Amino acid sequence: MRLLGMIHKESLQILRDPSSISIAFVLPVVLLFLFGYGVSLDAKLIPVGIVIEQPDTATQSLAGAFERSEFFQPYHFDSIQTAQQMLNERHIDGILWMRSNFSSNLLAGEEAPIGVIINGVDSNQANITQGYIQGTWLAWLSRYAESRGHSLPMPVSLEQRVWFNAALSSRLFLVPGLIAIIMTMIGSLLTALVVAREWERGTMEALMVTPLRIGELLAGKLIPYFALGMTGMLFSVALAVWQFEVPLRGSLWLLMVSSALFMLVALAIGMLISIVAKNQFVAGQLAIIVTFLPAFILSGFLFDINSMPEWVQLITHLVPARYFVAILQTLFLAGDVWPVVLSNMGALLIMLLFFFTLVWRKSHKHLE
Amino acid sequence: MSGAVITLSAVSKSFHRAGHKITALDSIDLTLQPGRVTGLIGPDGAGKTTLMRLVAGLLLPDKGAIRVLGIDALARPLEVQSSIGYMPQRFGLYEDLSVQENLELYADLQGVPVAQRAARFQKLMQMTSLSPFTRRLAGKLSGGMKQKLGLACTLVRSPRLLLLDEPTVGVDPLSRRELWQIVYRQVQEVGMGVLLSTAYLDEAERCDEVILMHQGKLLGQGTPAEFSRPVSGRIFQASAAGCSHRRLQEQLSRAPGVLDALIEGEAVRLVMETPGKPEPEALLPEQQNLQLTAVEPRFEDAFIARLKRPRDLGSMTLSLRKKVTANTDDEVIRVHNLQRRFGDFIAVNDISFSVRRGEIFGLLGANGAGKSTTFRMLCGLLPASSGELAVAGHDLRQAAASARGRIGYMAQKFSLYTSLSVIQNLRFFSSVYGLRGRQQKARLEWALTTFELEPFRDANAGDLPLGYKQRLSFAAALMHEPEILFLDEPTSGVDPLARREFWTRTNALAEAGVTVLVTTHFMEEANYCDRLVIMAEGEVLIEGTPLTMKASARTAENPDPTMEDAFIQLIEQRQAQQATA
Repeated sequence: MRLLGMIHKESLQILRDPSSISIAFVLPVVLLFLFGYGVSLDAKLIPVGIVIEQPDTATQSLAGAFERSEFFQPYHFDSIQTAQQMLNERHIDGILWMRSNFSSNLLAGEEAPIGVIINGVDSNQANITQGYIQGTWLAWLSRYAESRGHSLPMPVSLEQRVWFNAALSSRLFLVPGLIAIIMTMIGSLLTALVVAREWERGTMEALMVTPLRIGELLAGKLIPYFALGMTGMLFSVALAVWQFEVPLRGSLWLLMVSSALFMLVALAIGMLISIVAKNQFVAGQLAIIVTFLPAFILSGFLFDINSMPEWVQLITHLVPARYFVAILQTLFLAGDVWPVVLSNMGALLIMLLFFFTLVWRKSHKHLE
Repeated sequence: MSGAVITLSAVSKSFHRAGHKITALDSIDLTLQPGRVTGLIGPDGAGKTTLMRLVAGLLLPDKGAIRVLGIDALARPLEVQSSIGYMPQRFGLYEDLSVQENLELYADLQGVPVAQRAARFQKLMQMTSLSPFTRRLAGKLSGGMKQKLGLACTLVRSPRLLLLDEPTVGVDPLSRRELWQIVYRQVQEVGMGVLLSTAYLDEAERCDEVILMHQGKLLGQGTPAEFSRPVSGRIFQASAAGCSHRRLQEQLSRAPGVLDALIEGEAVRLVMETPGKPEPEALLPEQQNLQLTAVEPRFEDAFIARLKRPRDLGSMTLSLRKKVTANTDDEVIRVHNLQRRFGDFIAVNDISFSVRRGEIFGLLGANGAGKSTTFRMLCGLLPASSGELAVAGHDLRQAAASARGRIGYMAQKFSLYTSLSVIQNLRFFSSVYGLRGRQQKARLEWALTTFELEPFRDANAGDLPLGYKQRLSFAAALMHEPEILFLDEPTSGVDPLARREFWTRTNALAEAGVTVLVTTHFMEEANYCDRLVIMAEGEVLIEGTPLTMKASARTAENPDPTMEDAFIQLIEQRQAQQATA
């Protein structure tokens, strides 16, 4: 009866508090749309400047290759100076510079170097641009050689095939990762805030002097927010599958089980924060710094963990979202790859036990 | 000691705050019998809340044993919690749940069988007269109604022991009276034991038994009459024709054999050091018309006699260099048809009053009556929605800095810089008002000596006891020797002794010609005012002197009404009017 009373009360509060509902349902929609449509890590229509010092068939043909490419949006400039000016003003991301001796060198079979200048301010973007320019150049070169009757001496011929995300669409891996972020928000931030609010308003003191047991108090908080988090999760999955057309290649039940596991970890951390921080401001700050930001930056959701410095990679092992993001991306894009899913779930289970023991030992019905 | 509801033996408790050890309770021995209301009385920081929390099993003592209803509270706190009801200072109502839902939650938590609920709820709602509001959200109730709902939630299972921690703070007198009626009904009907803490000394007299605490120590336990007995025959009312009650009070407080002199209406209440009526000539040789009448002692007299510091309060005069000597009939503050709306809500509704020079003028009312809003408009902190107001001839919102320099303001939440020392705070506030050089130095010295802050000169303002914070705040408002002083709830949360000191100082200021406008929710403080208005729901109910107000409440069965009686009568009249309208 006591536990049911707590759950009933907590559910009523969730339903009446616009902030819980918006964190659980509005926030997922906003985040999903922002990341699903707004943010793209794909290089498409990169603005590049093309400078041809002496136009002829070869340079026209190369420029044509860039025109046709879906990756580039070429702009023509008469001199390298104006192109550089445009690069400095960030109107274009790179310059393709064909000097006056381009064709003669090419015909002579010698190297016909093209000058490539890339704006390196955004190193990630610069790498992608460089790669695409190189690719386009090599493709054109081999076609050009073929058309003249001899093949280009190339030691290795590269044939690429991208698995799981053949179109290389960043949306397909961003959207599943987002579910981890959303669940972190509900589990840790919301829980930490509501418990802190009870301390602030003095309701906690009143609860403590009732015959309510500490286990009932914890469960009374956990169960409604677990339900809320799982609802938010299912809602996000539905959006991902139907709105963003992300394939769900793994099984739904496995997704549910692993989500439940992650949800509990997030809740436990939220509880722990609320034990330390007894006012809403501190609890909110703490939850964002300890759970939300790491989930955003260090989980592999947005930035590739393997390209982080060694010591940062070590830190990512402490971020629960890291394991969940791996599970999510695998289940959505690859399918039930048991070794990946199980090892990550194992890590989550260890974290769950750790945090729950901590919560259990730290909670007591005293005010000190 | 069979049947005792609470037994404390040698209980001590201390806290560590920022490296300091604070002893909250010092070896307390205590036994409480069932079936009576015991009042826990003491100034702030006496250890009242700590004691309550220890009994409720929310804190563990450093030393000693606690038995509650025969149960060891240290070993089995859960069992204690299932048989007591505890209402913390800020009771835990869920503001986003309705009245009914709050009751149901606590019924669930307390394990009240479903079958009994409907009857119990109905009874509680009737008792608290909340029946018409069961579907309303708790957050939308008034302060007094919230407190009554809190009490109803605590009583949902009819506990054998009821702990109430300052249940009447900030509650309007009407709700306060209702709360007391509910508590006494519980005691009479089910023989419940009640332990109730309060900072209102007049409430002590409503208790069957009183426990007096001070600085973590138990000073005494007994009936209110037992407490007052030592001061019987030592209490007198003094008046003198042709002498202002303030000057009389000032002279009397320095007279030999006088322990305490307190302004009460137009007269002065005296607490003598020894029983027996003193000769008026011996008391004040130069005063010809001194009249003394013996009066019944009150708990407050005993409290003061017991706790008054050995220092002579009478020597505390405020030497203001410039005495305001203009005509005392000047209207210094004038308010006409003043209104302030916040959206649909009318916080101040069409009020008018005026204050003359050298007056202490009070705005009296419960929390939410519109006192602070009126105040902020007068100080120019908030624009009025409509109506006129003038302070020393100016509307302070448009007035030049020079006009502002003539007023002093002490905010409700002592606006001091907690991380600056006392002297740094004073120096800052004086320089804000343009004091510098020798003049500033002189004022700083004046503040430190007059308010006895010298020992705390370099202490951080945040570390001061509440009473001293109030002094510092008061000193800061007086640095530039204002002609008009605004005091917003200056005594809220301050213990009775510090409150007296405060009023003594304010009296001295008024005597020197300073106009004082003060808000308070302590009804008995109305006696210190020359004139006052009583406010409720944004309206002025009555304007007059304390004496006329009390006189209007005089009836056959209540020949000597208190300010609180007068207030309740006014509210009831108003409610009756609203009902017929």
